[in-house]
Amino acid sequence: MEDLSPAVLGDLWQRMLLIRRVEEQVIHFATDRADLLTGNYHVYVGQEATGVGVCRVLHTGDLVFTTHRNHGHLVARGAEPGRVLAEIIGRVDGYNRGRGGTFHVAAPDLGVLHTSAIVGGCVPLAAGAALALKRRGGSAISLAFFGDGSLEEGATYEGLALASLWKLPVLFVCEHNGAAPAARSGGEAATSSHPSRRLADFPASLGIPSRVVDGVDLRSVHAAASEAIASIRSGGGPVFLEVRTTGWPGNRGGAAVLPGGDFDLAWAWNPHTAPPELQAWTAESDPVARLANQLVGSGAFSRAELETIDGQVREQTAAAARFALASALPAPERALQHVFA
Amino acid sequence: MRELTCAEALGEALVEALEANPEVVIIGAGFAGTEEHRAAFAPLRRFSDRVLTPPIAELGYCGIAIGAAMAGMRPVVPVGTASFIYEALPQLLNEAAAAHYGSAGQVTVPIVFHMRAGIRGAGGIQHSAAPQALFWNSPGLQIAVPSSPADMKGLMRTALMASNNPTIFIDHVRLQGVRGPVPDQPQNIPFGVGEVKRPGRDVTIVATSVMVPRALAAAATLARTDGIDAEVVDPRTLVPLDKAIILTSVAKTGRVVVADETQRSCGVAAEIAAIIADEGFSHLRAPIKRVAIPDVPISFSRPEEDYVTPGPEHIVAAVRALCR
Repeated sequence: MEDLSPAVLGDLWQRMLLIRRVEEQVIHFATDRADLLTGNYHVYVGQEATGVGVCRVLHTGDLVFTTHRNHGHLVARGAEPGRVLAEIIGRVDGYNRGRGGTFHVAAPDLGVLHTSAIVGGCVPLAAGAALALKRRGGSAISLAFFGDGSLEEGATYEGLALASLWKLPVLFVCEHNGAAPAARSGGEAATSSHPSRRLADFPASLGIPSRVVDGVDLRSVHAAASEAIASIRSGGGPVFLEVRTTGWPGNRGGAAVLPGGDFDLAWAWNPHTAPPELQAWTAESDPVARLANQLVGSGAFSRAELETIDGQVREQTAAAARFALASALPAPERALQHVFA
Repeated sequence: MRELTCAEALGEALVEALEANPEVVIIGAGFAGTEEHRAAFAPLRRFSDRVLTPPIAELGYCGIAIGAAMAGMRPVVPVGTASFIYEALPQLLNEAAAAHYGSAGQVTVPIVFHMRAGIRGAGGIQHSAAPQALFWNSPGLQIAVPSSPADMKGLMRTALMASNNPTIFIDHVRLQGVRGPVPDQPQNIPFGVGEVKRPGRDVTIVATSVMVPRALAAAATLARTDGIDAEVVDPRTLVPLDKAIILTSVAKTGRVVVADETQRSCGVAAEIAAIIADEGFSHLRAPIKRVAIPDVPISFSRPEEDYVTPGPEHIVAAVRALCR
């Protein structure tokens, strides 16, 4: 397992913060203007450690599948924020050239072949990509990020069962993003619509090694992903991680908002300065705040150094938003192209 | 030229594709074949490492095959009875059919779904489906409807070896044992190229799949008893469709019957008729007639099943009505 040095942890924190600020730009697109982003959109605020921690373990040839909540996964995998934002508002410089929008951001060159917004849709696809990798030989793996709701769908059951039966090299990362803080590391954490009280029990019953991970803690995520992926690469078959985070108060179903505006790093140092509805969450459940405090507490970085990094990230995401807004909409007649290869 | 059954011709195409490209794999149990035609697929046994036999989980294994295709494999997925493809529709329609368009051409899904479709004799309500009209109305899928052994082989070769698009391969149950000439040299039949199966002067019968031999039988009757010389046009693929061959025939004869074994409403014959009405109107001397299954599910009981099966006699009756 890679030993996460202070420098690496700083990079990972920066990547998590980048995701946070990209998602803020998405919310601004939706709330500050009436014409840019009019439908539902799903942001990754509060889950940044999962995408970043898992993707840190991946190699170049690995394939990643995700869902409608994909922006954080794309950035974690190395996607350019400007091209992600351009795709989210349907512009030609987006990764899908505007065809996909927020629900379907994919980047084949980064191993994100196709992003499904059908709950559970990515599970068989990821297993199938793993089949291709297995038959080709080598140690590349496939990985699916999906939410707890995916375990309600039949496609998920069948994809898991077949992955187990055929010992496919696929990591299933189930992001249960509504767990109470005390339930994040293990034990029961029911959802409102699944009869199982511990989602990880369900793939375990299919013979897939499964565990619960605290998704707010980057190191925990990284350690669990490292162990799982090492096992998969050496032919151990699929692994299931139920990664639990606690719901960010800004999420409102299909249309998130920013209570109190953009995230202020000062909230991490003193959660009492955060907006009231964010104080408890920032103190207990914000992966960006937690890692920032760990970096400062361990002496790896000063607050000022992290604030400087934040300044760079803010510039980067502001530039990415400008890039997206400057990108053109497609010609209308392009609608008839690319039906068939 | 040697003669093979449709099943044997299909078996040859599969073997040739497996030999030509290591990325071709079979995911599904449907080529085990019915008792009657099992021997046609015996040559596949030497490719046992290229055949995966999944459990009964069409949504799962079709999805897996689609994911494998996105990652560069070239799967053919024999689901068995065509009705079973309905289990996999979310992956087929929301993923396979949409991925190339949704990526503005960056991702391809080179996958073939093979299914045994149509009224079979005692198939009943859940084993008689002919889903090609449903798929024609779903954007992003190509559809092959072979009617003869040579077409079966040539189209499957194209599907597996030349096409990078998701393809629905409609293999009619009652064609499996039909014999016909198959070229000794392997050849691909490109998609979008139909064939005039019987030239004629007086009326055009556009027919697909199992309706082609029924149309040919109808044409023989019409020639013998009515002195009507019917031209039988077989598009061979629905998507892409060889409109030119259909319209050329209509321009020649001015009268057309479209015969298909799908349910009548929004069926295959309905779309072909609409195209002819739109683009061949000036040549028409009579309304377009469709021969299709009534809008009913298929009964297990033989008299009911036979009653709704479109046969040569229905085509003959339709032609006679047009030529009065």
